[in-house]
Amino acid sequence: MPLKRFLPLFIFAGILIAFMIGLSLKPSEIPSGLINKPVPDFSLPPLQGDGIGLSTADLIDPENIVIVNFFASWCGPCRVEHPALELLGKLDGVKLHGIAYKDRPKNSLSFLKSLGNPYDKIGADLKGRVAIDWGVTGTPETFIIKNGIIRYQHIGPIHQMQVDDLILPIIKNLQQEGAS
Amino acid sequence: MIAELGHYFLVLALGLTVIQAIFPMIGAARGSDRMMMLGQPAAYGQFFFSLLAFLALTYSYLISDFSVSVVARNSHSLKPLLYKISGVWGNHEGSLLFWVMFLALFGAMVAYFGKGLPKSLRARVLSVQAMVGIGFYLFMLLTSNPFDRLSDVPFEGNGLNPLLQDPGLVFHPPFLYLGYVGLSVVFSFAIAALIEGRVDPAWARWVRPWTLLAWVFLTIGIVLGSWWAYYELGWGGWWAWDPVENASFMPWLVATALLHSAIVVEKRDTLKSWTILLAIIAFSFSLLGTFIVRSGIITSVHAFATDPERGLYILVFLALVIGGSFLLFAIRSDKLQAGGLFAPISRESGLMINNLFLSVAAAVVLYGTMHPLLSDAFFGVKSSVGPPFFNLVFSLLMIPLVVTMVYGPHLKWKRADIKGVNQRLMAVTGIALLAGLMTFYVTYGGAIMPAIWIGIGVWLLLSSLQELASRIKLFQAPFKDSMSRLRRQPRSSWGMTLGHFGFAVGLLGIVGTSAWTIEAQKVMGLGEDMTIGDYRLTLKDVIPVAGPNYTAVRGIISVSPKNGAENGEIFIAYPETRTYVSSPITTTEGDVKTTMAGDLFIVIGESQGQGRWGIRAYYKPMQVWFWIGTIIVVLGGLISLSDRRYRIGSPQGQKASRKMKHAP
Repeated sequence: MPLKRFLPLFIFAGILIAFMIGLSLKPSEIPSGLINKPVPDFSLPPLQGDGIGLSTADLIDPENIVIVNFFASWCGPCRVEHPALELLGKLDGVKLHGIAYKDRPKNSLSFLKSLGNPYDKIGADLKGRVAIDWGVTGTPETFIIKNGIIRYQHIGPIHQMQVDDLILPIIKNLQQEGAS
Repeated sequence: MIAELGHYFLVLALGLTVIQAIFPMIGAARGSDRMMMLGQPAAYGQFFFSLLAFLALTYSYLISDFSVSVVARNSHSLKPLLYKISGVWGNHEGSLLFWVMFLALFGAMVAYFGKGLPKSLRARVLSVQAMVGIGFYLFMLLTSNPFDRLSDVPFEGNGLNPLLQDPGLVFHPPFLYLGYVGLSVVFSFAIAALIEGRVDPAWARWVRPWTLLAWVFLTIGIVLGSWWAYYELGWGGWWAWDPVENASFMPWLVATALLHSAIVVEKRDTLKSWTILLAIIAFSFSLLGTFIVRSGIITSVHAFATDPERGLYILVFLALVIGGSFLLFAIRSDKLQAGGLFAPISRESGLMINNLFLSVAAAVVLYGTMHPLLSDAFFGVKSSVGPPFFNLVFSLLMIPLVVTMVYGPHLKWKRADIKGVNQRLMAVTGIALLAGLMTFYVTYGGAIMPAIWIGIGVWLLLSSLQELASRIKLFQAPFKDSMSRLRRQPRSSWGMTLGHFGFAVGLLGIVGTSAWTIEAQKVMGLGEDMTIGDYRLTLKDVIPVAGPNYTAVRGIISVSPKNGAENGEIFIAYPETRTYVSSPITTTEGDVKTTMAGDLFIVIGESQGQGRWGIRAYYKPMQVWFWIGTIIVVLGGLISLSDRRYRIGSPQGQKASRKMKHAP
């Protein structure tokens, strides 16, 4: 019984182990190095004459839970998560801000015009410099912030079902945390 | 009531599947005919009840019974009938039911058409098929029951994502699933053969139609998905190397290899354990695809709702099925005696090299797809390789593959004369070189790869025609003779010719559209125009339109030649942007003017205010060649499938069936 006949089995075992680790990782829920750290210092211009831009000060809000979402008009998954953002933007005690990542302001604006604009304030990160400070690996990515401290990072699109199962409980927890 | 019945039928089907799994296997080991015979009725019964369960779920969708959780989450009472039906399999639970129903159907088909099979082989195939089935039934009943009821019944359903409400997507998943499930039969045959310890040409003839059927379904499924992306997503892309696309592409690559290696087993009685291994791997990739889509382990736009419990279940299931099969392969495959020997230059070698490159291609896709997971799991680094990696590797890897496609069919079995083939191919090679050089000249200053690829595509195109011509002795024998030879060509060899010819046509399309697409966009008011390539687009009017469940903005854009708009318009394009009632999503319905030279793809964006609209246009050279190529390939597969010698249920070869005719 030559050993090479076991090769497929060994390779598969390797893949299986990766899957096993992967299952506990959950790529969209991996804790980031920024969790429980203050938000990075930044100041971004608005999208071509639309609003006043976005800076660190906007994220330090004692009254509201702040959500920051990195998006881009060229990003397909951003379209997918858009309805979820609309929902989050309408919540009481929650402020949703957007950062347009490496996107022409013109395109971001037409993106928001066609899908609706869920954001309170929007900053344009034309070169993606601010995204580096935030440790953003790609769009979409979403951060939940309380009192200027990053509490949760979501990588990838927020699926409709995750709003109820994942995001809302986190927001509720953070809100109650302050009350006690 | 109907939903409860459906649930009940599902449990009944599971019961019969357990019987189908246990008794034929024991019977085959003990040589007990009575136990083996239990396999057939159990397979029929299992199919009957799983079909009833599927119909029960379909019924719940048709009457919009929102007390059924799946229906409430995915359907909407205002949805057009077609999408209510496609909603049945457009979600996690329903698609599992669809899977298992066809698994049962194919099992029943093996039972019915398998009368010519050795008794023990048929019993074992049915048993393995049922074991896979048990996994799916339990998965459904334990973690994803499609018949779960809701305690508060909502008035209206959530609706189906409007992006998915498209005819292309109605049939895309079922064809993919049929392909995956078809491979399960091939898998069952492989495992049964390992247990029997015997693989012979008759076995290969049995497996071939199933592989071909699964492969045709997979091809159609993948192309439909690609076609949907092209028309619906509004940016003219048709392949993005998304993990879920890859998940369907990997089994396709392996099934393609299997299709070819099974020929070697049939004709030359060799490459047996390799073929068995491919059969196992092909189905493993199907299961892996299911896992990737449903476990949330790799992020993708396609993913169903994820759930850790489901992920764990699938992982255990994968470990048992795939791990078990590979273990069986390791222990038993040395029982398979290799048959005919062959020289390094021969048809067999050609097919082996083709297998090698297809397998490497599948391994590359596997690596690229797993890369984000591997680097995250083992190094804690988040990274992905992305389309540039795949495009580069494939554009290099496909060159040797196409070379074997050019030479392989010209080579003789056992030992071939490469010089002779070179001589025969001389004219074809010359024309291909010329085509490459001309492309290089015309696109001088651009990238060099596309020119190489055009040459290679033309080479394959012509050589597949030349191979046919030499088979019918065109220009060597009198024309009448050649024509009668043409008529007598077996359908399986038509399959090869069309398959390779279509592949070449599709390849040229891929090269054209990926290398020379141009794009233009402009914000235009009424009466303004823009140019793209040789066309001039004039925005004539923008009007609102209402559809059954959406409202839309429709542009009326006149397209005329770039130089001399006065010569009149070529056609009028009507691109639309649709906003759906049930969810705040807009979809773009681009208008495409297709010619053999290229597609003009026009998309209208939202209003920019002051009566101005953003218009985007793409010119995609030779895009239609890709679609035509895939149609030819599928046609080739279907014609080959209809070959009498290989029809499902015909284990005898040509010689045997000829003998039977003379039998009294």
